[in-house]
Amino acid sequence: MPRINSTAELEELRKGILAQKDPNKPCISVCAGIACLGSGNAQVISAFEEEIKKQSLDAKVDLIATGCHGFCEKGPIVVIYPEEICYLEVTPEDVPEIVSQTVVGKQVIDRLIYTDPNTGTKAAHQSEIPFYKNQSRLLIGNSQKINPKSIDDYLAMGGYSALSKALFEMSPEGVLDEIKKANLRGRGGGGFPAGSKWETTRNAQPGVEKYVIVNAHEGEPGAFMDRALFTGNPHLILEGLIIGAYAIGSHQGFIYTRHDTPVLRKNLDLALTQAKEYGLLGDNILGSGFSFNVEVHLDVGIFVSGESSALMRSIEGMPPEPRPKYIRTSVTGIWDRPSNLNNVETWANVPQIINQGYEWYSSIGTERSKGTKLISLSGNIVNSGVVEVPMGTSLREIVFDFGGGIPNGKKLKAIHFGGPMGGTIPESLIDTPLDFDELSKLGASLGAGDMLVLDEDTCMVEMDRLFLDFLAGESCGKCVPCREGMRQMLKILTNMTQGEGKEGDIELLEEISGVVGEAALCSLGRSIHKPLISMLKYFRDEFEAHIKEKRCPANVCKELN
Amino acid sequence: MNNDKIEQILNEHQGQAGALIKVLMEIQEENKWLPREVLVQVSEKLEVPLSRVLRIATIYKTFSLTPKGRYQVNICTGTACQVRGSQQVLEEVQKLTGIKPGETDPDMKFSLETVNCQGCCSLGPLVEIDGKTHGKTAPAEIADALKKYE
Repeated sequence: MPRINSTAELEELRKGILAQKDPNKPCISVCAGIACLGSGNAQVISAFEEEIKKQSLDAKVDLIATGCHGFCEKGPIVVIYPEEICYLEVTPEDVPEIVSQTVVGKQVIDRLIYTDPNTGTKAAHQSEIPFYKNQSRLLIGNSQKINPKSIDDYLAMGGYSALSKALFEMSPEGVLDEIKKANLRGRGGGGFPAGSKWETTRNAQPGVEKYVIVNAHEGEPGAFMDRALFTGNPHLILEGLIIGAYAIGSHQGFIYTRHDTPVLRKNLDLALTQAKEYGLLGDNILGSGFSFNVEVHLDVGIFVSGESSALMRSIEGMPPEPRPKYIRTSVTGIWDRPSNLNNVETWANVPQIINQGYEWYSSIGTERSKGTKLISLSGNIVNSGVVEVPMGTSLREIVFDFGGGIPNGKKLKAIHFGGPMGGTIPESLIDTPLDFDELSKLGASLGAGDMLVLDEDTCMVEMDRLFLDFLAGESCGKCVPCREGMRQMLKILTNMTQGEGKEGDIELLEEISGVVGEAALCSLGRSIHKPLISMLKYFRDEFEAHIKEKRCPANVCKELN
Repeated sequence: MNNDKIEQILNEHQGQAGALIKVLMEIQEENKWLPREVLVQVSEKLEVPLSRVLRIATIYKTFSLTPKGRYQVNICTGTACQVRGSQQVLEEVQKLTGIKPGETDPDMKFSLETVNCQGCCSLGPLVEIDGKTHGKTAPAEIADALKKYE
């Protein structure tokens, strides 16, 4: 690989890559996202390789194993370009037919395309399938068109043009200003303006080395959009990170990700190697004089290490114990140096803002929540998967239009955001728009964008008990309110589900919640009561039924029915 | 235990105290668990007190200080899998193998763990046996799946 030393050389290389690509050449894009791999699509990929060889089509057809296509429920997914014919639940046995009939013969195979479960209407092209139709796939859309193992594929999509624009046409202050004006808010859960955070780190401790970090821990159960995006398009996040480092004045970055997602680790390592070889990472990037390096660290199976200060301890090689929240990591983070942490999706937004400007970006979304948001849909929903929609889209649209509604003829009961530290809203508030502030007002902050859909057979008491049961095993144990408060809350809720709830339990839970929320050290401890508080707000009668009538209205708690 | 491989990992990071977590991770991936004598070696090679090595090895959940069976069975207990019935699957696996999460059977055949969300919620309830994913598992199917492992 040649090292690129200027913008002109980058554009020259891009031209060369594009010249070799024929847009009319058939391309088979097979989803190799985590869920599709789990449903056996490695066999589908090898079946395609074999069949292409057998029919001597090597030179005439491209085959790529891509990142997540989003429609996980119907995996393994195969899309045939340039026609964009989308086949669902493909098995290795279907492969010879797909190659002969569709790739060569340009015929659509009826049984493999999408059929609407309600109307029976068929859709051969991806853009006609209701799940995809009204999405704005600005971040994740390219994942299904590129090979995540190929930096050339990313360059062909215009990759690293934002980096070269930032380095050669903009000052670090200019980049910072653009992000601030775009009002990009952190996608990891807090919704804090990324620009202000960057500025804090930039201005903190002058003369001291600064760090930038990608938080790709994604430990919340039911959150899988960051993994999907990072695995499928690692260079997008890397480009955003380098631009951020330039704006902040950092020369060392860290990526903190999960140890248990081997394909992500592989694609990421490869992306870093390729970027280095091209001179897009390392010393004197693109000949600009700016240098930046990245190290990858792994979570080793612990939830609290997704909390920013705990994560930084872990990068230092220490146990992942959080620090009190009044110490801001943007000022004193890794080795007490200024450290700016953003999650995968936040970094992924940076290149498009630099390329298309803050005015374009802020035209998408609501007044205070800009851009698109990745949502991972899970639970009692017809279409589990990853959806990308503009901020402001109503929850009803997400659940019913994209998600396809509730399976088995059941009714929607509630939507839970943000995993075990999030909040629940009832079905009656389903017309709420997807917006950081609107959801916070209802007591259910958006979190990282994981939406757990709950049907009428869900017991809220048991649901919260499960969250606390999970968290109780994850508390680092350093501070008493979190460690002991949680244990007591769990005990009370367990009693309730076993028919041993007492008068006054709800009030006691509220009291403990108040103490934990105020006095715990870190944002994990301070959020453990949030699901409970939101559930008590909207489903208090269910808690009361467990105590007073020894009855579980959803018929879930075995001891009560 | 592949001593050569472990020695190679240790030599690559000699004197690098900051690489402790990474080194333990690499050894565990190679050996499935972390024997005491290896932890002593790590302490000496990386020049980190043994107390700190033990602290790291015990707080990070994925590290195992006990031997593992030939086949690792991971059951996802993420919320989405729970909503779809992972508890019943877990109960069935416990019944069939006679072990609880965190344990290994006396024949050293299966080790059982419950794991956090694996990110493929559309496949819930999700079970991984020896690295192979079993999606949408019903308790009845899991018996057949486990029988295949000797």
